[in-house]
Amino acid sequence: MSISRRKFLGWMGAAGVVGATSETARAASNKQFKGYADSNAVLHDMTRCIGCRRCEAACNTVNELPAPERPFDDLKVLEKQRRTTAQAYTIVNQHFPDGSGRPPVFVKKQCNHCLEPACASACFVKAFTKTPEGAVIYNADVCVGCRYCMVACPFDVPAYEYHKALDPKIMKCTMCHPRILEGKLPGCVEACPTEALVYGKRDELIRVARDRIHTFPERYLDHIYGEHEMGGTSWLYLTGVPFASLGLREDLGNKAAGEFTSGALGAVPIVIGLWPVLLTGIYAINKRKEKIAAEEQAAAVASAVAQTRDEAEGRLKAAMEKAKQDEDAAVAREVKKALEEAAKARQDTGQTGSGDEGQA
Amino acid sequence: METIHTLQEFMLHTKNIIYILMVLALLGMPAFWRFLNGRDED
Amino acid sequence: MTQEPTPTTSRYLTPFNVVAGIVVVVGLIITVLRFTGGLSTVTHLSDDNPWGIWIGFDLLVGVALAAGGYVTSAAVYIFGMKRFHAAVRPAILTGFLGYALVVLALHYDVGRPWRLPYPFLVSQGTTSLLFEVAACVALYLTVLFIEFSPAAMEWLGLKRARGLVVRLTLLLTIFGVMLSTLHQSSLGALFLIAPAKLHPLWYSSYIPIYFFITSIIAGLSMVIFESGLSHKFFKDKMDEEHLAGKNVVMLGFGKAAAWVLAGYFFIKVIGIAADNQWHYLATGYGAWYLVELLGFVALPAFMYAVGVREKNTTIIRWTAAWTVLGIVVNRFNICLVAFNWYLPSDQRYFPHWMEIGISVFIVTIGVLAFRFIVTRMPILYAHPDYEAH
Repeated sequence: MSISRRKFLGWMGAAGVVGATSETARAASNKQFKGYADSNAVLHDMTRCIGCRRCEAACNTVNELPAPERPFDDLKVLEKQRRTTAQAYTIVNQHFPDGSGRPPVFVKKQCNHCLEPACASACFVKAFTKTPEGAVIYNADVCVGCRYCMVACPFDVPAYEYHKALDPKIMKCTMCHPRILEGKLPGCVEACPTEALVYGKRDELIRVARDRIHTFPERYLDHIYGEHEMGGTSWLYLTGVPFASLGLREDLGNKAAGEFTSGALGAVPIVIGLWPVLLTGIYAINKRKEKIAAEEQAAAVASAVAQTRDEAEGRLKAAMEKAKQDEDAAVAREVKKALEEAAKARQDTGQTGSGDEGQA
Repeated sequence: METIHTLQEFMLHTKNIIYILMVLALLGMPAFWRFLNGRDED
Repeated sequence: MTQEPTPTTSRYLTPFNVVAGIVVVVGLIITVLRFTGGLSTVTHLSDDNPWGIWIGFDLLVGVALAAGGYVTSAAVYIFGMKRFHAAVRPAILTGFLGYALVVLALHYDVGRPWRLPYPFLVSQGTTSLLFEVAACVALYLTVLFIEFSPAAMEWLGLKRARGLVVRLTLLLTIFGVMLSTLHQSSLGALFLIAPAKLHPLWYSSYIPIYFFITSIIAGLSMVIFESGLSHKFFKDKMDEEHLAGKNVVMLGFGKAAAWVLAGYFFIKVIGIAADNQWHYLATGYGAWYLVELLGFVALPAFMYAVGVREKNTTIIRWTAAWTVLGIVVNRFNICLVAFNWYLPSDQRYFPHWMEIGISVFIVTIGVLAFRFIVTRMPILYAHPDYEAH
């Protein structure tokens, strides 16, 4: 029942190749990508946001989304933390990072339009595209509805039409890509009364943000959220309080989504290439072992047969010899008997003609 | 070929090629195995 | 499941058949609800929790537990362990049914199931680990079908076709091991893209290797577990080789499972050390992680070893069942428990009873199909007209 040493080594080799490849494959992606030059972005300065929800209303109109349960001018909605849904591409949340007595900070949430979108990397039908203009857009015509993009998105943005039986779609902010192509502003930016949202070239907006931080160091934290998060996003945030206290996670890291999967993806062709080699190798070793075993067995049988034959021959010879001896003995016995008989006969005739003997 | 701007585009481009190569390997390896062992007895 | 001779009028009215019948009827009703009212009618899935038990159980657990097919055929045809030959056909059949049911379950979960071939035919998202999973599952289901087909051909008397397929055994086995290596590991790799969502104790760059190794453990344990059940319920269908082979398989696979579990235990600990996550062990999630690691990895490794040393198949059988449960716990932890761990409890997921209903429905279909096939085709016995391959 024991696993032979060779089989054991085979397994260890198999495990080793998986381990090794997932490490080395990463080296292949040691290239740098700068993204699209002149791509656009939105800068959200939370110190300017008054939580009026007009961006939400504009988004609803522009994208022809269903009317909300409570109207957009009802600010009581802000009392509860919300997330983007299939009915709302953007929402504003209210936070009290300095305690309930202090003025609130408002955060507008929507798709951040990553430079290296996790949704695009995760989608197995290429339904998501990062456009050169900056938006990450979705193509419902190929979507299977597996919702892996929702699993992958670090910002919890894509929503799904769970209530639709046969044609559910992923729903998320498009950065108003059709309007951008027409030369218009995104709906939310256009509606913002305080310039808490500014649309422009991403490089330009990063300079603007740096400038604000530099000019009003007591008003802002020295961090442009989205400049590097998850490889960088096309929605940039400025604020004076820690981002984590506003529901913007600071533990995401700066690696692009694709960097997390490139190792595992890189191991795939290595398995395709080396598994047949390894497995047929193990197979051949076993087959050879079986063949040798069979040959050894055959040889053993042959030698056993030979030995038996020799023994048999030996016995035959002995028997023959014995038979010959017996025969000789029998002949001798017969001769002796014949001689004795002859002698006896002679004696008998001698008795009858004893005179002859005497005469002789 | 257009210039590649993002890691996503790069990965898509390289993986597309690699998947085609993998299909070729899956067809080629058994064929080569047969060629390799074609003269073996038994 | 028993085919005990019952009074003539109610030959089909066994308790098992009655329960199975009810499950199937309820399943069909939920199916109608799903395809008329959408996922919101029958599931508790939400925008925060896009994957529930139809992915966590039906896909992740289903694929892992169907690993017996590649593990057994590799042991027999590649590693030359001919003494396990009797275990090959039941394991291949379970694997084939398992994968077929995984694909069936996906039709409930995805939004537009008729688009499932789109990744290959319409738009190839090759950067996705899911693309690789989909490709391998599709190919492997085909391989399993071909590997299973000789049994059906013997049943139907298709001698020539059977001869052709049997000649492909080695090729199919190697192809099967390759595809299994890839998609078993890639199911774990699906979560690599979400480091911020999966609890650090479960997130590791080793997760694809963990999934692959646990699939071997799951495959070995399922073969033992199932062979125990088959010997109980289908003993009359078994020939000498299968009856005699039971203990050989249990002791051999039990020993292999103990050894693989030991290796797995070690690499799990290495995962914690590599990312320096020791401090999480002192938290509530850490306690649960230790339950998984000690209770469902270390304990079965030890119990398998005791069973093998004592040559006690009862211990081995119970350990196999416990290990299978451990696989369920592991996949649930990654997909449901440790996923979105930072969200407040009111935003967390708990399955709707109808989601559980569909999962039970699908498992029931599997058991019924298994029974249909083993009572007709030469799975648990060798067909007298054909030589073993």
